[in-house]
Amino acid sequence: MYEFDIEKPSTVEAAVAALADGDNMALAGGQTLIPTLKQRLAAPEKLVSLSGIDSLKHIGMDSGPDGDFWRIGAGMTHAHVALETEDGNFTTLSRVAGNIGDPAVRNRGTIGGSLANNDPSADYPAVVLGLGGTVVTNRREIQSGDYFQGLFETALEEGEIITEVHLPVPEISNYQKFVQPASRFALVGVFVAKFADGVRVAVTGASEDGVFRWSEAETALSGDFSASAVEDLQMEDGHMIEDLHGTRAYRAHLVKVMTRRAIQAAV
Amino acid sequence: MTKVEMTVNGKAVAADAEGRTLLSHFLREELKLTGTHVGCDTSQCGACVVHVNGEAVKSCTMFAQEAAGADVRTIEGMAESDGSLSVIQQAFQDHHGLQCGFCTPGMVMSTAALLSENAKPTETEVREYLEGNICRCTGYHNIVKAIMAASGQDVSDIAAE
Repeated sequence: MYEFDIEKPSTVEAAVAALADGDNMALAGGQTLIPTLKQRLAAPEKLVSLSGIDSLKHIGMDSGPDGDFWRIGAGMTHAHVALETEDGNFTTLSRVAGNIGDPAVRNRGTIGGSLANNDPSADYPAVVLGLGGTVVTNRREIQSGDYFQGLFETALEEGEIITEVHLPVPEISNYQKFVQPASRFALVGVFVAKFADGVRVAVTGASEDGVFRWSEAETALSGDFSASAVEDLQMEDGHMIEDLHGTRAYRAHLVKVMTRRAIQAAV
Repeated sequence: MTKVEMTVNGKAVAADAEGRTLLSHFLREELKLTGTHVGCDTSQCGACVVHVNGEAVKSCTMFAQEAAGADVRTIEGMAESDGSLSVIQQAFQDHHGLQCGFCTPGMVMSTAALLSENAKPTETEVREYLEGNICRCTGYHNIVKAIMAASGQDVSDIAAE
Protein backbone atom coordinates (compact mmCIF):
# COMPACT_ATOMS: atom_id res chain seq x y z
CA MET A 1 0.00 0.00 0.00
CA TYR A 2 1.06 3.57 -0.60
CA GLU A 3 1.22 5.74 2.51
CA PHE A 4 -1.87 7.55 3.72
CA ASP A 5 -3.30 8.94 6.93
CA ILE A 6 -6.58 7.92 8.53
CA GLU A 7 -8.99 10.45 9.98
CA LYS A 8 -11.91 9.24 12.05
CA PRO A 9 -14.61 11.90 12.34
CA SER A 10 -17.62 11.36 14.58
CA THR A 11 -20.23 13.21 12.51
CA VAL A 12 -21.34 13.12 8.87
CA GLU A 13 -20.65 16.86 8.59
CA ALA A 14 -17.03 16.41 9.71
CA ALA A 15 -16.60 13.49 7.29
CA VAL A 16 -17.94 15.55 4.40
CA ALA A 17 -15.56 18.38 5.32
CA ALA A 18 -12.65 15.93 5.41
CA LEU A 19 -13.61 14.60 1.98
CA ALA A 20 -13.60 18.09 0.45
CA ASP A 21 -10.02 17.45 -0.59
CA GLY A 22 -10.46 15.36 -3.72
CA ASP A 23 -7.45 13.14 -2.95
CA ASN A 24 -9.16 11.78 0.15
CA MET A 25 -11.39 8.71 0.13
CA ALA A 26 -14.16 7.45 2.40
CA LEU A 27 -13.49 4.18 4.26
CA ALA A 28 -16.54 2.14 5.27
CA GLY A 29 -15.94 -1.51 6.22
CA GLY A 30 -12.95 -1.69 3.91
CA GLN A 31 -13.67 -5.20 2.67
CA THR A 32 -13.18 -4.06 -0.93
CA LEU A 33 -11.20 -0.88 -0.43
CA ILE A 34 -8.38 -2.47 1.61
CA PRO A 35 -7.67 -5.20 -1.00
CA THR A 36 -7.76 -2.43 -3.64
CA LEU A 37 -5.24 -0.38 -1.67
CA LYS A 38 -3.02 -3.42 -1.24
CA GLN A 39 -2.87 -3.76 -5.01
CA ARG A 40 -1.96 -0.08 -5.26
CA LEU A 41 -4.99 0.54 -7.42
CA ALA A 42 -5.84 3.56 -5.28
CA ALA A 43 -3.57 6.21 -3.79
CA PRO A 44 -5.56 8.41 -1.42
CA GLU A 45 -3.86 11.15 0.56
CA LYS A 46 -6.10 10.34 3.48
CA LEU A 47 -8.82 7.82 4.31
CA VAL A 48 -11.83 9.27 6.05
CA SER A 49 -13.16 6.46 8.22
CA LEU A 50 -16.92 6.41 8.64
CA SER A 51 -16.83 3.76 11.37
CA GLY A 52 -16.87 6.30 14.21
CA ILE A 53 -20.10 7.96 13.08
CA ASP A 54 -22.83 6.64 15.37
CA SER A 55 -25.64 8.33 13.42
CA LEU A 56 -25.01 5.89 10.54
CA LYS A 57 -25.66 2.85 12.74
CA HIS A 58 -29.39 2.30 13.10
CA ILE A 59 -32.06 0.08 11.62
CA GLY A 60 -35.80 0.02 12.00
CA MET A 61 -39.21 -0.07 10.35
CA ASP A 62 -40.86 3.13 9.27
CA SER A 63 -43.96 3.91 7.28
CA GLY A 64 -44.64 6.47 4.58
CA PRO A 65 -47.37 7.28 2.06
CA ASP A 66 -46.37 4.22 0.00
CA GLY A 67 -46.42 1.79 2.91
CA ASP A 68 -43.91 0.29 5.28
CA PHE A 69 -40.20 0.47 4.64
CA TRP A 70 -36.99 -0.45 6.40
CA ARG A 71 -34.79 2.51 7.24
CA ILE A 72 -31.21 1.28 7.45
CA GLY A 73 -28.19 3.37 8.42
CA ALA A 74 -25.36 3.16 5.89
CA GLY A 75 -22.89 2.05 8.56
CA MET A 76 -24.82 -1.10 9.45
CA THR A 77 -22.72 -4.20 8.90
CA HIS A 78 -24.11 -7.13 6.94
CA ALA A 79 -24.07 -9.20 10.15
CA HIS A 80 -26.18 -6.65 12.02
CA VAL A 81 -28.65 -6.22 9.15
CA ALA A 82 -29.04 -10.01 9.04
CA LEU A 83 -29.58 -10.17 12.80
CA GLU A 84 -32.00 -7.25 13.04
CA THR A 85 -34.25 -8.48 10.20
CA GLU A 86 -34.20 -12.14 11.20
CA ASP A 87 -37.73 -12.00 12.61
CA GLY A 88 -40.54 -9.95 11.19
CA ASN A 89 -41.96 -8.99 7.86
CA PHE A 90 -38.92 -9.11 5.62
CA THR A 91 -36.80 -12.17 6.31
CA THR A 92 -35.53 -12.23 2.70
CA LEU A 93 -33.37 -9.24 3.60
CA SER A 94 -31.90 -11.15 6.54
CA ARG A 95 -31.03 -14.10 4.31
CA VAL A 96 -29.38 -11.87 1.70
CA ALA A 97 -27.27 -10.02 4.27
CA GLY A 98 -26.44 -13.27 6.07
CA ASN A 99 -25.06 -14.83 2.89
CA ILE A 100 -22.70 -12.09 1.78
CA GLY A 101 -19.06 -13.24 1.85
CA ASP A 102 -18.24 -15.08 5.08
CA PRO A 103 -18.91 -14.34 8.77
CA ALA A 104 -15.75 -12.27 9.33
CA VAL A 105 -16.40 -10.20 6.20
CA ARG A 106 -20.01 -9.67 7.29
CA ASN A 107 -18.77 -8.26 10.61
CA ARG A 108 -16.93 -5.46 8.80
CA GLY A 109 -18.63 -4.82 5.47
CA THR A 110 -21.50 -2.31 5.48
CA ILE A 111 -24.59 -1.75 3.35
CA GLY A 112 -23.48 1.79 2.55
CA GLY A 113 -20.03 0.65 1.50
CA SER A 114 -21.44 -2.05 -0.73
CA LEU A 115 -23.83 0.37 -2.45
CA ALA A 116 -21.18 3.07 -2.87
CA ASN A 117 -18.86 0.53 -4.50
CA ASN A 118 -21.61 -0.97 -6.73
CA ASP A 119 -19.68 -4.10 -7.61
CA PRO A 120 -21.41 -5.71 -10.61
CA SER A 121 -21.59 -9.01 -8.68
CA ALA A 122 -22.59 -7.68 -5.25
CA ASP A 123 -25.87 -8.73 -3.62
CA TYR A 124 -27.22 -5.46 -2.19
CA PRO A 125 -27.56 -3.65 -5.54
CA ALA A 126 -30.05 -6.35 -6.62
CA VAL A 127 -32.01 -5.90 -3.39
CA VAL A 128 -32.17 -2.11 -3.59
CA LEU A 129 -33.04 -2.03 -7.30
CA GLY A 130 -35.41 -4.99 -6.94
CA LEU A 131 -37.35 -3.18 -4.22
CA GLY A 132 -37.26 0.25 -5.84
CA GLY A 133 -35.45 1.49 -2.75
CA THR A 134 -34.05 4.91 -2.04
CA VAL A 135 -30.42 5.80 -1.35
CA VAL A 136 -30.25 8.76 1.01
CA THR A 137 -27.09 10.87 1.12
CA ASN A 138 -25.96 13.93 3.03
CA ARG A 139 -27.36 15.98 0.12
CA ARG A 140 -30.44 14.27 -1.35
CA GLU A 141 -32.57 11.18 -1.86
CA ILE A 142 -31.77 9.12 -4.95
CA GLN A 143 -34.21 6.58 -6.39
CA SER A 144 -32.63 3.21 -7.10
CA GLY A 145 -33.38 3.53 -10.82
CA ASP A 146 -31.22 6.65 -10.97
CA TYR A 147 -28.60 5.51 -8.49
CA PHE A 148 -26.97 2.52 -10.25
CA GLN A 149 -25.17 3.72 -13.38
CA GLY A 150 -22.97 0.85 -14.53
CA LEU A 151 -19.85 -1.05 -13.43
CA PHE A 152 -18.77 0.48 -10.12
CA GLU A 153 -20.59 3.66 -11.23
CA THR A 154 -23.24 5.39 -9.14
CA ALA A 155 -24.98 8.75 -9.00
CA LEU A 156 -22.80 9.73 -6.02
CA GLU A 157 -20.82 12.92 -6.55
CA GLU A 158 -17.49 13.96 -5.08
CA GLY A 159 -17.76 14.29 -1.33
CA GLU A 160 -21.25 12.79 -1.18
CA ILE A 161 -21.81 10.16 1.54
CA ILE A 162 -24.62 7.62 1.80
CA THR A 163 -26.35 8.05 5.14
CA GLU A 164 -29.38 5.75 4.87
CA VAL A 165 -31.10 3.27 2.64
CA HIS A 166 -34.88 2.98 2.50
CA LEU A 167 -36.24 -0.40 1.43
CA PRO A 168 -40.01 -0.80 0.83
CA VAL A 169 -41.39 -4.03 2.27
CA PRO A 170 -42.82 -6.25 -0.50
CA GLU A 171 -45.73 -8.69 -0.16
CA ILE A 172 -43.39 -11.55 -0.97
CA SER A 173 -39.82 -11.69 -2.19
CA ASN A 174 -36.86 -13.98 -2.68
CA TYR A 175 -33.23 -13.79 -3.69
CA GLN A 176 -31.43 -16.63 -5.38
CA LYS A 177 -27.68 -16.47 -5.76
CA PHE A 178 -25.56 -18.82 -7.82
CA VAL A 179 -22.41 -18.47 -5.77
CA GLN A 180 -18.98 -18.15 -7.31
CA PRO A 181 -17.40 -20.44 -4.71
CA ALA A 182 -14.01 -18.77 -4.34
CA SER A 183 -15.18 -15.18 -3.92
CA ARG A 184 -18.71 -15.82 -2.55
CA PHE A 185 -19.92 -13.11 -4.92
CA ALA A 186 -22.88 -13.86 -7.18
CA LEU A 187 -22.01 -15.47 -10.49
CA VAL A 188 -25.63 -14.56 -11.09
CA GLY A 189 -28.09 -13.38 -8.46
CA VAL A 190 -31.78 -12.62 -8.99
CA PHE A 191 -34.01 -10.70 -6.60
CA VAL A 192 -37.75 -10.99 -7.16
CA ALA A 193 -40.27 -8.85 -5.25
CA LYS A 194 -44.05 -8.77 -5.54
CA PHE A 195 -45.81 -5.57 -4.54
CA ALA A 196 -49.52 -4.72 -4.70
CA ASP A 197 -48.91 -2.75 -7.89
CA GLY A 198 -46.60 -5.18 -9.70
CA VAL A 199 -43.51 -7.34 -9.70
CA ARG A 200 -39.87 -6.25 -9.86
CA VAL A 201 -36.96 -8.45 -10.94
CA ALA A 202 -33.36 -7.29 -10.46
CA VAL A 203 -30.33 -9.18 -11.68
CA THR A 204 -26.76 -8.90 -10.39
CA GLY A 205 -23.54 -10.63 -11.41
CA ALA A 206 -24.61 -11.08 -15.01
CA SER A 207 -24.31 -7.84 -16.94
CA GLU A 208 -21.35 -5.79 -18.10
CA ASP A 209 -23.49 -2.78 -17.19
CA GLY A 210 -23.95 -3.87 -13.56
CA VAL A 211 -27.24 -4.57 -11.84
CA PHE A 212 -30.32 -4.32 -14.09
CA ARG A 213 -34.08 -4.97 -14.12
CA TRP A 214 -35.42 -7.74 -16.31
CA SER A 215 -38.48 -5.93 -17.59
CA GLU A 216 -39.87 -8.77 -19.73
CA ALA A 217 -39.96 -11.02 -16.68
CA GLU A 218 -41.56 -8.25 -14.60
CA THR A 219 -44.37 -7.87 -17.15
CA ALA A 220 -44.94 -11.61 -17.39
CA LEU A 221 -44.88 -12.09 -13.61
CA SER A 222 -47.19 -9.14 -12.90
CA GLY A 223 -49.90 -11.04 -14.76
CA ASP A 224 -49.05 -14.51 -13.49
CA PHE A 225 -46.68 -14.85 -10.54
CA SER A 226 -45.51 -18.38 -11.26
CA ALA A 227 -42.32 -20.02 -12.47
CA SER A 228 -43.99 -21.05 -15.71
CA ALA A 229 -44.63 -17.39 -16.59
CA VAL A 230 -40.94 -16.88 -17.43
CA GLU A 231 -40.54 -20.21 -19.21
CA ASP A 232 -40.86 -18.82 -22.72
CA LEU A 233 -38.77 -15.71 -22.12
CA GLN A 234 -35.31 -15.46 -23.60
CA MET A 235 -32.57 -13.46 -21.86
CA GLU A 236 -30.37 -11.80 -24.47
CA ASP A 237 -26.71 -12.62 -23.83
CA GLY A 238 -25.17 -9.67 -25.71
CA HIS A 239 -24.45 -7.61 -22.60
CA MET A 240 -23.60 -10.51 -20.27
CA ILE A 241 -20.23 -10.76 -18.51
CA GLU A 242 -17.89 -13.35 -19.96
CA ASP A 243 -14.92 -14.52 -17.90
CA LEU A 244 -13.20 -17.71 -16.79
CA HIS A 245 -16.12 -18.54 -14.50
CA GLY A 246 -18.77 -18.54 -17.22
CA THR A 247 -19.62 -17.59 -20.78
CA ARG A 248 -22.22 -15.05 -21.82
CA ALA A 249 -24.65 -17.78 -22.80
CA TYR A 250 -24.13 -19.56 -19.47
CA ARG A 251 -24.86 -16.42 -17.50
CA ALA A 252 -27.93 -15.63 -19.62
CA HIS A 253 -29.17 -19.14 -18.94
CA LEU A 254 -28.51 -18.76 -15.21
CA VAL A 255 -30.56 -15.56 -15.07
CA LYS A 256 -33.65 -17.49 -16.11
CA VAL A 257 -32.89 -20.44 -13.84
CA MET A 258 -32.32 -18.20 -10.82
CA THR A 259 -35.47 -16.19 -11.58
CA ARG A 260 -37.49 -19.38 -11.71
CA ARG A 261 -35.99 -20.62 -8.45
CA ALA A 262 -36.66 -17.29 -6.75
CA ILE A 263 -40.32 -17.43 -7.74
CA GLN A 264 -40.66 -21.04 -6.62
CA ALA A 265 -39.04 -20.21 -3.28
CA ALA A 266 -41.16 -17.08 -2.82
CA VAL A 267 -44.62 -18.57 -3.34
CA MET B 1 2.56 7.64 12.76
CA THR B 2 -0.22 7.68 15.31
CA LYS B 3 -0.15 6.15 18.75
CA VAL B 4 -2.78 3.41 18.79
CA GLU B 5 -4.12 2.15 22.09
CA MET B 6 -6.29 -0.91 22.50
CA THR B 7 -6.93 -3.79 24.85
CA VAL B 8 -5.47 -7.07 23.63
CA ASN B 9 -6.30 -10.24 25.54
CA GLY B 10 -7.31 -8.17 28.54
CA LYS B 11 -4.14 -6.08 28.64
CA ALA B 12 -3.91 -2.40 27.71
CA VAL B 13 -1.35 -1.91 24.94
CA ALA B 14 -0.09 1.03 22.90
CA ALA B 15 2.20 1.28 19.90
CA ASP B 16 2.76 3.50 16.88
CA ALA B 17 0.99 2.66 13.64
CA GLU B 18 0.87 4.25 10.20
CA GLY B 19 -2.49 4.72 8.52
CA ARG B 20 -1.79 1.73 6.30
CA THR B 21 -0.71 -0.58 9.16
CA LEU B 22 -3.03 -3.57 9.21
CA LEU B 23 -4.29 -4.96 12.49
CA SER B 24 -2.56 -8.28 11.67
CA HIS B 25 0.74 -6.46 11.15
CA PHE B 26 0.25 -4.44 14.34
CA LEU B 27 -0.38 -7.57 16.41
CA ARG B 28 2.53 -9.51 14.93
CA GLU B 29 5.21 -6.88 14.42
CA GLU B 30 4.49 -4.33 17.15
CA LEU B 31 3.04 -6.52 19.89
CA LYS B 32 4.98 -9.65 18.86
CA LEU B 33 1.81 -11.73 19.07
CA THR B 34 2.73 -14.01 16.19
CA GLY B 35 0.00 -16.55 16.85
CA THR B 36 -2.22 -14.61 14.44
CA HIS B 37 -1.14 -15.90 11.06
CA VAL B 38 -1.15 -14.16 7.71
CA GLY B 39 -1.83 -16.70 5.00
CA CYS B 40 -3.19 -15.05 1.88
CA ASP B 41 -3.29 -11.39 2.94
CA THR B 42 -6.30 -11.06 0.63
CA SER B 43 -9.18 -11.78 3.02
CA GLN B 44 -9.76 -15.28 1.68
CA CYS B 45 -8.06 -17.76 4.03
CA GLY B 46 -9.06 -16.69 7.53
CA ALA B 47 -5.77 -17.59 9.22
CA CYS B 48 -5.69 -14.02 10.58
CA VAL B 49 -9.12 -14.08 12.26
CA VAL B 50 -9.22 -12.32 15.63
CA HIS B 51 -12.09 -10.89 17.67
CA VAL B 52 -12.65 -7.15 17.78
CA ASN B 53 -15.22 -6.20 20.42
CA GLY B 54 -16.40 -9.80 20.40
CA GLU B 55 -16.84 -10.10 16.64
CA ALA B 56 -14.66 -12.24 14.36
CA VAL B 57 -12.82 -10.16 11.77
CA LYS B 58 -10.01 -10.76 9.31
CA SER B 59 -7.19 -8.76 10.83
CA CYS B 60 -5.44 -8.52 7.45
CA THR B 61 -8.42 -6.52 6.20
CA MET B 62 -8.78 -4.00 8.99
CA PHE B 63 -6.47 -1.11 9.81
CA ALA B 64 -4.88 -0.99 13.26
CA GLN B 65 -6.13 2.57 13.67
CA GLU B 66 -9.68 1.31 13.12
CA ALA B 67 -9.22 -0.94 16.16
CA ALA B 68 -8.12 1.95 18.40
CA GLY B 69 -9.92 1.70 21.72
CA ALA B 70 -11.28 -1.74 20.90
CA ASP B 71 -11.19 -4.92 22.91
CA VAL B 72 -9.18 -7.38 20.81
CA ARG B 73 -8.78 -11.07 21.46
CA THR B 74 -6.23 -13.25 19.68
CA ILE B 75 -5.29 -16.91 19.83
CA GLU B 76 -2.82 -16.03 22.62
CA GLY B 77 -5.81 -15.10 24.77
CA MET B 78 -7.69 -18.36 24.28
CA ALA B 79 -6.04 -20.67 26.81
CA GLU B 80 -7.33 -20.87 30.38
CA SER B 81 -5.67 -18.64 32.97
CA ASP B 82 -3.61 -21.56 34.30
CA GLY B 83 -2.17 -22.13 30.83
CA SER B 84 -4.19 -25.24 30.03
CA LEU B 85 -5.96 -25.47 26.68
CA SER B 86 -9.47 -24.11 26.31
CA VAL B 87 -12.31 -26.51 25.52
CA ILE B 88 -12.11 -25.59 21.83
CA GLN B 89 -8.34 -25.98 21.63
CA GLN B 90 -8.48 -29.30 23.47
CA ALA B 91 -11.15 -30.55 21.08
CA PHE B 92 -8.96 -29.67 18.09
CA GLN B 93 -6.18 -31.73 19.65
CA ASP B 94 -8.41 -34.64 20.65
CA HIS B 95 -10.04 -34.93 17.22
CA HIS B 96 -6.93 -34.24 15.18
CA GLY B 97 -8.44 -31.02 13.82
CA LEU B 98 -5.09 -29.82 12.57
CA GLN B 99 -2.11 -31.10 10.67
CA CYS B 100 0.37 -28.37 9.78
CA GLY B 101 -1.43 -25.99 12.13
CA PHE B 102 -1.11 -22.85 10.03
CA CYS B 103 -4.86 -22.24 9.74
CA THR B 104 -5.56 -23.32 13.32
CA PRO B 105 -5.44 -19.92 15.06
CA GLY B 106 -8.07 -18.62 12.65
CA MET B 107 -10.10 -21.81 12.95
CA VAL B 108 -10.11 -21.59 16.75
CA MET B 109 -11.09 -17.91 16.72
CA SER B 110 -13.89 -18.52 14.21
CA THR B 111 -15.08 -21.46 16.29
CA ALA B 112 -15.20 -19.34 19.42
CA ALA B 113 -17.25 -16.73 17.55
CA LEU B 114 -19.60 -19.37 16.19
CA LEU B 115 -20.18 -21.03 19.57
CA SER B 116 -20.86 -17.69 21.24
CA GLU B 117 -23.60 -17.02 18.64
CA ASN B 118 -24.87 -20.58 18.39
CA ALA B 119 -24.04 -22.87 21.29
CA LYS B 120 -25.11 -26.09 19.55
CA PRO B 121 -24.61 -25.68 15.80
CA THR B 122 -25.55 -28.42 13.35
CA GLU B 123 -22.87 -29.90 11.11
CA THR B 124 -24.23 -27.84 8.20
CA GLU B 125 -24.10 -24.66 10.28
CA VAL B 126 -20.50 -25.39 11.25
CA ARG B 127 -19.48 -25.94 7.64
CA GLU B 128 -21.26 -22.76 6.53
CA TYR B 129 -19.63 -20.73 9.27
CA LEU B 130 -16.17 -21.93 8.22
CA GLU B 131 -16.76 -20.53 4.71
CA GLY B 132 -14.03 -17.96 5.27
CA ASN B 133 -11.45 -20.27 6.84
CA ILE B 134 -9.34 -22.34 4.49
CA CYS B 135 -7.40 -25.46 5.55
CA ARG B 136 -5.22 -27.18 2.98
CA CYS B 137 -4.37 -30.24 5.09
CA THR B 138 -7.29 -31.82 6.84
CA GLY B 139 -10.15 -31.83 4.37
CA TYR B 140 -12.18 -30.18 7.17
CA HIS B 141 -13.85 -33.33 8.52
CA ASN B 142 -11.86 -33.44 11.72
CA ILE B 143 -12.15 -29.71 12.19
CA VAL B 144 -15.92 -29.99 11.97
CA LYS B 145 -15.81 -32.91 14.36
CA ALA B 146 -13.67 -30.94 16.84
CA ILE B 147 -16.09 -28.02 16.74
CA MET B 148 -19.11 -30.26 17.27
CA ALA B 149 -17.31 -31.92 20.18
CA ALA B 150 -16.35 -28.56 21.66
CA SER B 151 -20.03 -27.65 21.68
CA GLY B 152 -20.71 -30.75 23.76
CA GLN B 153 -22.37 -32.77 21.01
CA ASP B 154 -21.98 -36.43 20.15
CA VAL B 155 -19.61 -36.73 17.21
CA SER B 156 -19.64 -40.48 16.70
CA ASP B 157 -21.91 -40.14 13.63
CA ILE B 158 -19.91 -37.47 11.86
CA ALA B 159 -18.17 -38.54 8.70
CA ALA B 160 -14.51 -39.27 9.23
CA GLU B 161 -13.44 -39.92 5.64
